[in-house]
Amino acid sequence: MTNIVELVGVEKRYQSVRALEPLDLVLQEGEVLGLFGHNGAGKTTTIKLILGLIKASAGSVRVFGQDPTFSESRKERQQLGFLQENVSFYDQLTGLEVLRYFARLKGIQTSECHRLLDQVGLKAAAGRRVKTYSKGMRQRLGLAQALLGNPKLLLLDEPTVGLDPLATQDFYHRIAQLKEQGCTVVLCSHVLPGVEKYIDRAMIMGKGKVLAQGSLNDLRQQAELPLVLNVKGSGLQVPESIQSRATVLEDGVSMHLSLQEKMPIMQHMLAQAGVTDIDLHLPSLEDLYTHYTRTCVGHEMEGIL
Amino acid sequence: MSPILTVAAKEFRDGLRNRWVLSIAIIFAVMATGLAYFGSAAAGQVGFTSLSTTIISLASLAVFIIPLIALMLAYDGIVGEDESGTLLLLLTYPLSRWQLLCGKMLGHGAIMAFSTLVGFGSAALIMGLFAPDISWSELAVPFGLFILSAVLLGWIFIAFAYVISVSVTEKSKAAGLALIVWFLFVLVFDLGLLGLLVGTQGDVDADIFPYLLLLNPTDIFRLVNITYFADQQLSGLMAIAEHVRLSTAALLMSLLVWLAVPVMLALALFNRRAL
Repeated sequence: MTNIVELVGVEKRYQSVRALEPLDLVLQEGEVLGLFGHNGAGKTTTIKLILGLIKASAGSVRVFGQDPTFSESRKERQQLGFLQENVSFYDQLTGLEVLRYFARLKGIQTSECHRLLDQVGLKAAAGRRVKTYSKGMRQRLGLAQALLGNPKLLLLDEPTVGLDPLATQDFYHRIAQLKEQGCTVVLCSHVLPGVEKYIDRAMIMGKGKVLAQGSLNDLRQQAELPLVLNVKGSGLQVPESIQSRATVLEDGVSMHLSLQEKMPIMQHMLAQAGVTDIDLHLPSLEDLYTHYTRTCVGHEMEGIL
Repeated sequence: MSPILTVAAKEFRDGLRNRWVLSIAIIFAVMATGLAYFGSAAAGQVGFTSLSTTIISLASLAVFIIPLIALMLAYDGIVGEDESGTLLLLLTYPLSRWQLLCGKMLGHGAIMAFSTLVGFGSAALIMGLFAPDISWSELAVPFGLFILSAVLLGWIFIAFAYVISVSVTEKSKAAGLALIVWFLFVLVFDLGLLGLLVGTQGDVDADIFPYLLLLNPTDIFRLVNITYFADQQLSGLMAIAEHVRLSTAALLMSLLVWLAVPVMLALALFNRRAL
């Protein structure tokens, strides 16, 4: 497998302020990375470094095997798609004209534009001026722009902001398709629900530091967050070992379990006659995010209080 | 198509869409025809005045309005794209910063040149058709020269606007600075020179003084158009240039220098702009 992105010991300082602590990141072909963190966590700085918009203060950045800030690597940008947060396109032009403009600058066939607009659901609005577009439509135009020329590396900052749930699903499906074709994707977000299924790895950042990195399973194990098992029924027996972590409800029991306890306890509970319903909550990405960022922000808060 | 032309073509199309081209052309056409027809109204008569009077009064009015239009047209060229987020996006495309900036300046330059040509050109057409004493051959050279120098003046101030646009991070700041630039070049400079002349009671070397006018592109523009009608009685600051007659070619050359300097400056500053 080829490394599309390779960051080794990359740091970014603005004057004396450290925007990014030393960071290592390797992205391979067809990998989808979720980059999470609150504002000022270093997400955008990381993206800008990968795009070659800013120079690293230390360490090495390689994208498609080249330093993206070199002018020789400018033609590599043809294989790159980017959409940042809060972009507002040229109001006076129509959606199709905007997309054609970007296609020409990327050096690709403008005939692709119609197909892309169709894909993001803007076919009917293609001839209307962008100033008449809703926020969601602008976002979809931005996505069409990022998808121009079948990029090999796609960097998307808050791509689903302003999209309705259906369009969000469509968008994630499209990401999955691109991944199949070998496209590497970085999704940058603080809106999390729904994204879990589509990412291979997550990187959670806070205050310029990487707080956690790995697959969702790795992160769950590291975080040791309890899973919640709700069992409904009557006359339920809760094993001795987890008695302290179980709450008896009106119609059943709710238990907090560690990952290792999951199977034995479930078997134990299911074996009982009075069970009518069972339901299991794994810690979601949102829980993990809260867990990791709270540890980071928590220290800060203690300092203030 | 080269990225520079792509950017320029988009900029020009934008100018057509938001009616910049149309407005500038109409302003220029009305201004020129109006001055030609009502120029002698103060003297108690209405009708087409002589060509020299028309051009000279046109030049003294255009010297205020062309810089203003050019600055308004282009002050947000870069900072506006920065604020809407498209600057960041464009720089991730396979085009370099100088190509983007040249494309934008070329596009705005084309808007200015096209509307100047159409605006003043149509005024010349009206004069040629309806003014009884002015023949086409008489009209062609002075009006051609006027349009050429007007375009150059517009370009110079577009380049100034870009110097401002690449060095600030807020649109409102760029607008304020553009106003100051206009005020300095169009009003303050001449007042300063007059003050210097009066303050020293004319003790400044008469051979050097006219060259001081070359320090301001708006004065060069007026000199270009006034010196063509050498027989006219000159008044005000322009009169002091009478001692030293600079050739039209030399004056146009100095306008080109005035164009090249801010273009280079804008390119250099844009390359260093942080994102």
